[in-house]
Amino acid sequence: MSAPRLDVDCLTVRFGGLAAVDDVSFSVAPGTVHGLIGPNGAGKTTTFNLICGLIAPTGGAIRLDGRRIDALPSWGRAQLGLARTFQNIRMFNDMSVLETLMTGMHANLAESLLASLLRLPSFRHAERAAIDKAWALIDFVGLTEAAHRRSGDLPYGDQRRLEIARALAGEPRLLLLDEPAAGMNPSETQALEALLETLKGRGVSMLLVEHDMRFVMRLCDQITVLNFGRKISEGSPREVRADPLVVEAYLGAKVARSLEAPP
Amino acid sequence: MFAQQLVNGLVVGSTYALFALGFTLMFGVLGVINLTYGFYLSVGAFLALFATQHGVSIWLALPLAALASGCVAVLIDGLLLTPLRRAKAPELASLMVTLGATLLLYSLANAALSTDIRRFPPGVIDANALEIAGIRITMTQCLIIAAAGIIVSVLLWVMNGARIGLGLRALAERPDAAALMGVNAGALVRLVSLASGTLAGASGVLIGLNYNAIQPYMGEVMMLKGFAVIILGGLGDIRGALVAGLVVGMLETLTAGYVASSWKDAVGFVLLVLTLWIRPSGLFGRLAVKRA
Amino acid sequence: MPEFLDDFLFTYQTLIYALGVNGLLALSMYVVLALGQLSLGQAAFMGLGAYVSALLTVKLGLPFPLVLLAAMLAPALAALCVGAPTLRLSGVYLALATIGLGEVQRIFFINSELTGGALGLSGIPTKGGLISIYGSLALALIAFAFVARSKIGRAMEAMREDELAAGALGVDLPAYKLGALVVSAMLAGLAGALNAHVSSFISPNDYGFDAAVTILSFALLGGIGSPFGPVLGAFILTLLPEVLRPLADYKTVVNGSIIVLAVIFMPRGLLAWRMGRAGAATGRPK
Repeated sequence: MSAPRLDVDCLTVRFGGLAAVDDVSFSVAPGTVHGLIGPNGAGKTTTFNLICGLIAPTGGAIRLDGRRIDALPSWGRAQLGLARTFQNIRMFNDMSVLETLMTGMHANLAESLLASLLRLPSFRHAERAAIDKAWALIDFVGLTEAAHRRSGDLPYGDQRRLEIARALAGEPRLLLLDEPAAGMNPSETQALEALLETLKGRGVSMLLVEHDMRFVMRLCDQITVLNFGRKISEGSPREVRADPLVVEAYLGAKVARSLEAPP
Repeated sequence: MFAQQLVNGLVVGSTYALFALGFTLMFGVLGVINLTYGFYLSVGAFLALFATQHGVSIWLALPLAALASGCVAVLIDGLLLTPLRRAKAPELASLMVTLGATLLLYSLANAALSTDIRRFPPGVIDANALEIAGIRITMTQCLIIAAAGIIVSVLLWVMNGARIGLGLRALAERPDAAALMGVNAGALVRLVSLASGTLAGASGVLIGLNYNAIQPYMGEVMMLKGFAVIILGGLGDIRGALVAGLVVGMLETLTAGYVASSWKDAVGFVLLVLTLWIRPSGLFGRLAVKRA
Repeated sequence: MPEFLDDFLFTYQTLIYALGVNGLLALSMYVVLALGQLSLGQAAFMGLGAYVSALLTVKLGLPFPLVLLAAMLAPALAALCVGAPTLRLSGVYLALATIGLGEVQRIFFINSELTGGALGLSGIPTKGGLISIYGSLALALIAFAFVARSKIGRAMEAMREDELAAGALGVDLPAYKLGALVVSAMLAGLAGALNAHVSSFISPNDYGFDAAVTILSFALLGGIGSPFGPVLGAFILTLLPEVLRPLADYKTVVNGSIIVLAVIFMPRGLLAWRMGRAGAATGRPK
């Protein structure tokens, strides 16, 4: 097996005395889609934010292609090739679709301040190349008609595609998807699944946090299951589905919810 | 001499603490830096002045003027900030609106009242002074310390104990969740505005009494000092604002006494810059919750 | 120069200078607002530039270009001191800290022998003028327009729209914020120096809180979708009291109302046009 793309090693974070993520380890192999699932409050989002750099861990290590990244701020991690989407889509509303994608290329676009000020040939070439690349991405995610529209005006499903394209624009080593199917109708979900399948076919490594279980099971190569901040199971979708601990965790959560709910 | 300076410093400090308390309360619960806050201080001072000029006793004028300033605060908040809250505008938008409003309000007040310094009618407060171990304490100073002490105690009691305090803290931590839990956010916003405006108004009356000098821009001067105090205390930190207010008041008085009175106004800002460099979370180290 | 133009320039000299200087100040505000930050230290930076330049000219007789350079570096240093600790915190801290800077500086100018105390400095020799003021304004405008249509301009707009998302794309947030604040301080310092050398007299209260708010109103009236908006805003607000004489007494009322109305009703400003962010034609590749 090749060296992992992302390696999460004994990751722990405590808020007050409470361990929200407790000694969690897993790794994502290059070119695979890895799912992170668990009932509500299992620590998925916290783990996700730890990997992105929005929360500082109390202990443990995170490596991207063997390099420690856990001390870096979020932008430092992005510069090394960690891209993400947000659960509640975050658009740059006033930018056109094309500009949004060019912004996504920020980390690997070689334009110095001086070259931009003097409009040197190097700057013009970089811009032209960025625009060409943006068009290729626009075609790829199927937003060709909307290329010059204000991104804040796009329908929800298109905004999600644009957000994924924006993350891809930086040619990331790993794409982190935070509940991409949340708030989508069935046909939007289907289109999203097709898009992610294509990405997978192109060899993009992904870490996926998602609620929609069928979606996860169809798309992922490996799945890590969390409950109460700990890893309780790991394996292929088939293995995880058969694991009694997982069934119990989800069932337990369901029973608990049904007990809480008023009659 | 030193003890006398300390007493004077305590008096100045308690007016600062009172003023900063309302300011930090507004930020802590409502999540906005409301720059019109200083204006309510001027409002309080002028209302008390007019009332006493018409023969109202200062004991009545103080609470009435303070409450009236609170009502003005509710009105201005409703006009300026409620629309922004509804539109979910960014934090800095509300700062800018209140900045513009400050300029507007002071200019209008200035045009209506002129910048002449006015004084309370003689005999508003008994001119006698107590002398304890060589330290002179005027009746005005007694009134200031007593009033500040009472107002602060009441506020702390409400915040820590009563149901309202619970709602307020919920609103401060998670405005969206507070609404779900049945906290009437609109009513609480008005309540907090009223409370802060009242605190500003009360401190305005007391500051006016302390220096016996009232003019429209007195609120702006205090506002600038208020920044220093609430950052030193930690934005949104009530206990911090109280302590920081006393500290700044004391240090200013000592600076005026032992260095030069012209440098006293720099004290707060030097502290402000030092705080930001050394301990941006303020005296007690509780950094204001950053709203997403 | 034709005679009528000469007369015109002579009659309206002060106003013409003021327009250019205020345009520069509006641009200095724009750089910070463009990435979603608020500095209320523009007047302080301007004052620092004015005092440093005036002192260097009057006391040391340094050549004008060198004086201008110093007038840009001094505020830049002040911006670093205030910006470095605050920019990692929420935006409110920068706003409050820059107000603090302005006040400390004003108190210093009032109390210091060197700066002539509350009376200020007078007898500053006239240097520069039309060409240096409008040359600087034009250069700054072009530079900002070019930067706006580049990777940096896109990153700035991204930060203004959504800081978290910008960070997730690899935009080094503290570096951008600090860079913008420093550039803004340099520009304000330059404006202060140019202004000091055409008005021959400066005093501490010219650079107080009201001045800071006025500079903000330039940018908010014009709108920050492009660097041209703030300059337009500055021109309008500078001309308005001249055209409508009765308004001159209520300048602060007008400026204050403009900020309030602009933020609530016209968040994009008068010149709502937003400049494109790509540095080349965005057509489809052939």
